[in-house]
Amino acid sequence: MNVQRILICTLIMATVTYFIRMIPLAIFKQKIHNRFIRSFLAYVPYAVLAAMTFPEILYSTGNLYSAVIGLAAALILAYQDKGLLTVALGSTAAVFIAEQVMSFF
Amino acid sequence: MHGTETLTFKKGLKDGLPICLGYISVSFTFGMMATQGGLPLWAVMLITMSNMTSAGQFAGTELILSGGLYLELAVTTFVINIRYMLMSLSLSQKVDSAMTSLQRLVLSFGVTDEIFAVAMKQDGSIGARYLLGLILTPYTGWTLGTLLGGTATGLLPVSVRTALGIAIYGMFLAIIIPPAKHTRPIALVIAISVALSCLFRWTPLLNRISGGWVIILCAVAASAYAALRYPVDDPEVLE
Repeated sequence: MNVQRILICTLIMATVTYFIRMIPLAIFKQKIHNRFIRSFLAYVPYAVLAAMTFPEILYSTGNLYSAVIGLAAALILAYQDKGLLTVALGSTAAVFIAEQVMSFF
Repeated sequence: MHGTETLTFKKGLKDGLPICLGYISVSFTFGMMATQGGLPLWAVMLITMSNMTSAGQFAGTELILSGGLYLELAVTTFVINIRYMLMSLSLSQKVDSAMTSLQRLVLSFGVTDEIFAVAMKQDGSIGARYLLGLILTPYTGWTLGTLLGGTATGLLPVSVRTALGIAIYGMFLAIIIPPAKHTRPIALVIAISVALSCLFRWTPLLNRISGGWVIILCAVAASAYAALRYPVDDPEVLE
């Protein structure tokens, strides 16, 4: 593999990614007072995470069935206000068990 | 609202721990994929330490390996990571106004989906020290996971690795579900965003739009609708 190509490619990826992250944080130093924009930005985290999770979560494991079981486990744990790690590992465990059970059939 | 624990550097490190653990499995996969694809370990580590993005890195590395053009690489990275712009904008309103320009320039490097999510979950504004701590632990996990994946490929059995694929999404659900129980507008935002995201994914033609744009479109539409319908004077009351 060509070293120069690797370096240029890495530089391109890192630079593009950095500027995307840096520009808004560096520019908007004052609090925005517009009520609509403030409300909009307050809702953004939920909307972004929701769109990233669905339907992607259904394709995140070995097959659809284990993913649905993992999703169910995550929803139940999250609904009970469990911590991030508990929900993450709980859903992982559910998927693991489901896939082990399925491998018998 | 929960008790107001001071947002110190140490608390940041601690809050970053669940993210760190989640990252180890994702970056492990990245390290494996990239070295198996033919990249030398130093290059894999360089990419991981200078980017710290999951989807962006995966896609970029595939383009490097498959001989993609520089422009193609730049555009793909931009599109996949464009959501960070929305996150950084949201975060700019959450950080302490006293945060210096230099601190902003350094800390913005560490805005990832998970770090952003945990940062926004805190009560009140957040300072540079807390944010630095919140970035450092996951960054360590991200780097370490890549190194492990790139060197000791067979460490985790495949069955565990495929199961771990769901871990990050479980974490996202742990962040969005609890507030949705008590706050109707948040539940609505989530429902709209999910519905749109599924629509884009499962509708012919629409499913050709890149995932990076889809996230932006869904998030902007859902948040704008809720902001019009349920404006809030103090975003903190949403918690």
